[in-house]
This record gives sequence, structure tokens and C-alpha cells, in this order.
Amino acid sequence: MSPAKRQRLLLVLVGLGLLAGATGLSLAALNDTVTFFHSPTAILESPPAPDRRIRLGGLVEAGSVVREPDGVVRFAVSDGASSIEVRYAGVLPDLFREGQGVVTEGVMDAGGWFAADEVLAKHDETYMPPEVAEALRAQGHWQGE
Amino acid sequence: MTAELGHYALVLALIVALLQSVVPMVGAGRRDDRLMGFGGPCAMMQLTLVAAAFLALVNAYVTSDFSLRVVAENSHAAKPLLYKVTGTWGNHEGSMLLWSLILAAYGAAVAWFGDRLPATLRARVIAIQGMTGAGFLAFILFTSNPFERLDPAPIAGRGLNPVLQDLALAIHPPMLYLGYVGFSIAFAFAVAALIEGKVDAAWARWVRPWTLTAWSCLAVGIALGSWWAYYELGWGGWWFWDPVENASLMPWLLGTALVHCVVVVERRETLKAWTILLAILTFGLSLLGTFLVRSGVLTSVHAFAVDPGRGLFVLLLLAIAIGGGLTLYALRASSLRQGPTFALVSREGGLVLNNLLLSVACATVLLGTLYPLLAEAISNDRVSVGPPFYAATFVPLMIPMLVAMAVGPMLAWRKADLAAALGRLGVAFLASIAIVALGWYVAGGGPLMALVGIGLAAWLVMGALTDFAERVALFRRPLGVSLRRAAGLPRSAYGSMLAHGGLGLLVAGAVAASAWKAESVQMMRPGETATVAGYTLRLEEVTREGGPNYVADVATMTVLRDGAEIAVMTPERRFYPVEGQSTTEAAIRGGVFGDLYAVVGEPDDSGAWVTRIYFEPLVGWIWVGALVMAAGGALSLSDRRARIGAPARSRAAAELAVEA
Repeated sequence: MSPAKRQRLLLVLVGLGLLAGATGLSLAALNDTVTFFHSPTAILESPPAPDRRIRLGGLVEAGSVVREPDGVVRFAVSDGASSIEVRYAGVLPDLFREGQGVVTEGVMDAGGWFAADEVLAKHDETYMPPEVAEALRAQGHWQGE
Repeated sequence: MTAELGHYALVLALIVALLQSVVPMVGAGRRDDRLMGFGGPCAMMQLTLVAAAFLALVNAYVTSDFSLRVVAENSHAAKPLLYKVTGTWGNHEGSMLLWSLILAAYGAAVAWFGDRLPATLRARVIAIQGMTGAGFLAFILFTSNPFERLDPAPIAGRGLNPVLQDLALAIHPPMLYLGYVGFSIAFAFAVAALIEGKVDAAWARWVRPWTLTAWSCLAVGIALGSWWAYYELGWGGWWFWDPVENASLMPWLLGTALVHCVVVVERRETLKAWTILLAILTFGLSLLGTFLVRSGVLTSVHAFAVDPGRGLFVLLLLAIAIGGGLTLYALRASSLRQGPTFALVSREGGLVLNNLLLSVACATVLLGTLYPLLAEAISNDRVSVGPPFYAATFVPLMIPMLVAMAVGPMLAWRKADLAAALGRLGVAFLASIAIVALGWYVAGGGPLMALVGIGLAAWLVMGALTDFAERVALFRRPLGVSLRRAAGLPRSAYGSMLAHGGLGLLVAGAVAASAWKAESVQMMRPGETATVAGYTLRLEEVTREGGPNYVADVATMTVLRDGAEIAVMTPERRFYPVEGQSTTEAAIRGGVFGDLYAVVGEPDDSGAWVTRIYFEPLVGWIWVGALVMAAGGALSLSDRRARIGAPARSRAAAELAVEA
């Protein structure tokens, strides 16, 4: 084998090794860090592990938003069939409204509420997060396309 | 009427682009000077026509012509003039027109500045640029025509999303596109080189300036987007690993690899096939980014319109460009002459390591970005991949890269002495340890990873300074000699020092703002106080005020430090009646050592307001670092060696200066 070929082979092997290592690392990381989306019904049917981060999405139930003096906001997220109370400490995003779609991220608390540390609402008031639309459709409450 | 002229110009531009992609290509194959010469004027003509169409659209926005659908949906007469103009690209149709304009401008620039290129290479590059242009013009005309009329025309427009009415965000897309689209030139040169079967130092010298331009602009574009998210979204965050952000980061990562790789081809004529592959893939990622953003297949915090037809069209363009490029690569790459070999410990070896780590890091970002799509297709699970994934994959890959980054520039070409290089970095190493100790003392402890991060940031800056000191033989020769040497150093040498040092600043900011961020959320009544990181904020009052196209609740907060009043901050919550939306305007008191960041939310029934206050240490360094990196790119670009067709004599002189 000529030195040039040997060198090329070596570089390719090092590159592949690095790529394989990174792929392994990534897949392991995906297992631990990927966040699944759940509707309220799905959570009540099969509760997730207590410290597992998940996303909960649905409609903010009208009249359910309560602000506590310590800055915590409580509201109910519903998919029409069932609803779950969400507690969130912080300033809600600008597009957060009662009756509108929302996606929250956090963990289920042992007390039966969802402790969210992130609340996402889209930059568009007519927008429905696709996960929420699907969850609502599954419960027969979404007429959109 | 101007709208119809704009539409007409766009159709003509498509025809010109088609001619541009065929005639010079055929001419190059036949060595026919007349046919090859046809490419340049075509590129100029295409630019003129697309620019005319673009101006027609800007005109429609400025005059609030609501008979155009995009204007009616995205603009309003009661909007400041500046945002009427920038609103032109604040939506899908307009931004694609901007994309095509920049694409045509790059093509015309190659035609204009490339008169010293070999005739066949120039003709082929222009032709390939024409093909890309034709693809995007067809995309606009068939799926996203900005000149579509509404009948009857509405009286008022729906307005521009208020969070987009912002100066940084107005410049963000043009900068981003200058970057994304700039890689199309590297792509065109790569494909042309494959057709010619020839890659040499001269080829690399022509490709380098375009790649550097694209790389620097993309860095500024990403930094602007991140800065906007930081001050506008009111979360105090600056990077969310959102698919749209990743879409711009991926081509930048590979582009960084490309910028370094091209240097190897230029200096040593080796790694040619890899450079060509990188050029193709970098532009491929630019197109993939466009696809992800335009098709809305990924749930993102800031996705544009969702339209499967458009997504399909971009996917088709992607398949043709990248599939074609890679097929050509598979067929022709073996015909490229193999370059000279090098020892593993050498400048080339260091650059190979840089390329491997950057490419693999880019691959992990790609996997994280696309995984939700895969998971949905395979198991129908809706999942999202967030910061923890990137912390577990991207960060571990970056650590060895940052370590190696300071060492690489110390290595000689071909074969280097690692021990000697490390020896020269001894002072930098000790200084980095000292900075870590200082950081540990100032912050009063902190996670181990954060201290490692600060150490790496210091290592990069110190490494860049050592590089400079070594090159000018600082303290080893009389000062006068060092100064003369400093003046004689090529600008590209300063450019790379700035880029490496700038990354050090960026890393310092990112690490500090993540690890030592302090925050406090509470309900506040006027007169009450909250304390964060030694700053006490007192809410004085909340008043209602009017703006040009909004009303705002403005909170006045006094900032106290050790009992003394040092500043007044006024976070706002604005309501835009036309759009029916409200936005949070954070008040930020920026400083070298950190930003104090205050947000006011909604009131409750008792008259107390939600407030959120952050202290973000060194956060500003992130964007300053990115700008320093881009400035390094620009400085390198102004190096006369980088100029197209620069006389060879300057090269020998510069080489002396580098080797010394």
C-alpha cells in the first residue's frame, strides 16, 4: 500500500470511528432526553414516570387561569375529554389566552398537577400547534383540516 | 401596475436564468468563447430583473397596496415606514424573493470579479449559479408568487406580527441569506471543478473569498437572530436549539470546516476531494434549512407558513442539487489528483481534526433536528428534542475541538513538533488556570463543567494572543523588530487570530450566562422590591402610554445597589390593536460583566403585576464574540492574497512572514 493510500485509509477510519462514537452517544442521549408529547387523556390513562420530562398540550380551559400571590399561575389544559392542572412560575408568553392552544413542558407532580417550566405559544394567533390539533382530533373536538 | 411589471420581470428573470444555465455550459464543453461569454451578461441581466421585481414589491409595501395578497396579509398603513420596507421580507413570499435577489447578486458578482478565472471554469460556475437561480425563481413563480392580486382589495391590511417589528430582526434575514446563499458559490465552484476534473491552489484561492464572505455574514445573521430572541421574546434565553436555529447553525458549522479546508488546498494542494464534498454538503444544508423552515414539517417556536406544496418543491430542489452534486462527485472525485501526504501531527493534521469534529458535531445537530420527523414516521410518537440532548452530544464534541483550536495554529505544515507547540503554549495554559481560579473566586463556586468552560474560553483567547506573540517574536527580539513584524503580518493571520479569540469570548459568555444566571419571579405591587444578584428593584408605578401603533403598560422600576439608586428600568407590555396581539418589551441594563433583565407581565385582580428579573453574567460577550469572529472573517477577506487573481509575488512575501 502506498503511503498516500495508507494515510487516506487512516483518516477515513478515524473519521468513521468518530462518527460511530458520536452516533452512539447521540442515540444514548436521545433515549434519555427526548421529550414525548402527551394529551391530558393520555397522561391520565398511562401516567408517565415521575421525573420524566414530557410535553403536555391542549386548550387552555376558559375561566381556569388563576394567579397566586407568589407569581405561580395555575390553569387547566384540556383536550375536550379530560383536563389537567398546570402550575407555572413566570411570565406567560404573549400569545397565551384562555380557549387557545398551548404546549407546556415539565414533569407530572406527585400531587396530580403538571409542574411546567416552559409554556410555548406560537407567534401567530390563528396558529394551532399540530400536536394539539391532533390530540383534539383524537377526542373529536377539532374540526379544522 | 408596478406589481404586474414586477411579476413580468420575475418571469423574464426565470427565462434568463434558464439561458444562463445552458448556454455557457454548452460553450465550455465546446470551448466556444462566444457561448461562454454569454454567461456574464446573463448573470447581470438576471440580477437587474430580480432587483426590479424586488423593488416593485417594496413599492407595494411602501404605498400600502392592499390589492396584493401578501401586502394585505402582512402590512398595515399605520406602520412606521421602516417596517413597511423591512416587512417586504417579513413573510414567506417576500423572503424567498430576497433569497433569489441575493442569489442573483452573487452570480453577477462572480461574473463581474471573475474576469481572471479560466474561461471554462468561469462559464461553468456562472451556469451552475444560473441553475440554482432558475430553481428558486420557478419556486417563487409556481408556489409563492408575491404579486398575486386580491379582488376585491381590502381597505386595511392585517399588519405585521408585532414581534417582527424590530430593527435587528429586519436586518437578520438579509444577513442570514447572504450567508446561506453565499455557499451556493462554493457549491457552483465545486461542481464546476468536478466537471473540469481539476482542483488546485488557484481554484482554492478563488473559492476562499466567497466562502469567507458567506461564513462571516452567516455568523452575523445567526448572532442577530439570537440577540433578537434574547431581548424580544422576554425569556432571557439566547439559544433554544429550535429547529429553525439549528437550520442556520448546521451550514455554519460545515462552512467553518470548509473555510479551513480550503486553506489546506490553497497551501498544500491536498484534501481536495474532501473539500469538494464539504462544499456540496454545506450548500445542501443551506437548502435543507430552507426546506425545514419553509415547509413547516417541524414544530418550531418560529415557523413560517405551513404549506406542503412548497415543502415538496424545496425538497425537489434539494434532491436535484445535492443528488446531482453527489452523483457527479461519486463519478469524478477519483479523477482528482492525490495531493502530497503529511504527518498526523502537522498543520494539515490539525485542520483534519477540526474538520472531523465540526462535521460530526454538525451530524449530531442534524440528527437532533430531524429525529422528531423520524420518530413520527416510524412510531407515530410526537416528540421533541431539546437542550439536554445537545448538552449530551454537541458539547462533548466541542470540548476537544476548543482544546485543539489553540494548538493547531502553532503547528508547522507537513510535519510538526507537538511538544514544542505545547511548550510555546505554557504561558497561555497557566494564564487560563489563573482565569479559572479568578472566575471561581468571583462567582463563589460553580459547577465543574462551567469552570472547564471558562478555562477553555480563556485558553482560546490566550492561544490567539500567544499565536500573535510568537509570530512577531514578542519579548524575544527588540520591540522595534516585533512592531515591524506585526505590521508585516498578513491580514489573514490577524483574521484567524480574531476568529479564534472571538470564539473564546462567545464561549465565555455562553458558559457564564448558562451556569451563573440568577432569576426571580414574583407578584409586585407599586412600592414593593425584589432582589437578584445583589441588585434590588423597586416597582414605582405602572402607567398606560400610547405608541405609534400600540398602547403599552409601562412599569417604572428603580434599581438599587447597596442602597443607592443607580438606574431606572422601564419594561413594557405592548398591545397592538391592528394585529390583536400583545408583546413583552424587556428592559435590559447591559454591562460588561452582565445584563440586568426585567420583564413585566399581566396584572392580577388585586393590582399586583407579575415581574421576572434576571441577572445574566457576561451574556453580551456572546454576540460581541460572534461579531469579532465575523470581523476576523472580513479582515481575512481584505487580505490581498485572498483577492481574486492577486499577483503571485505578494504570496512569497506573505509566506515568509507566516513561516518566520
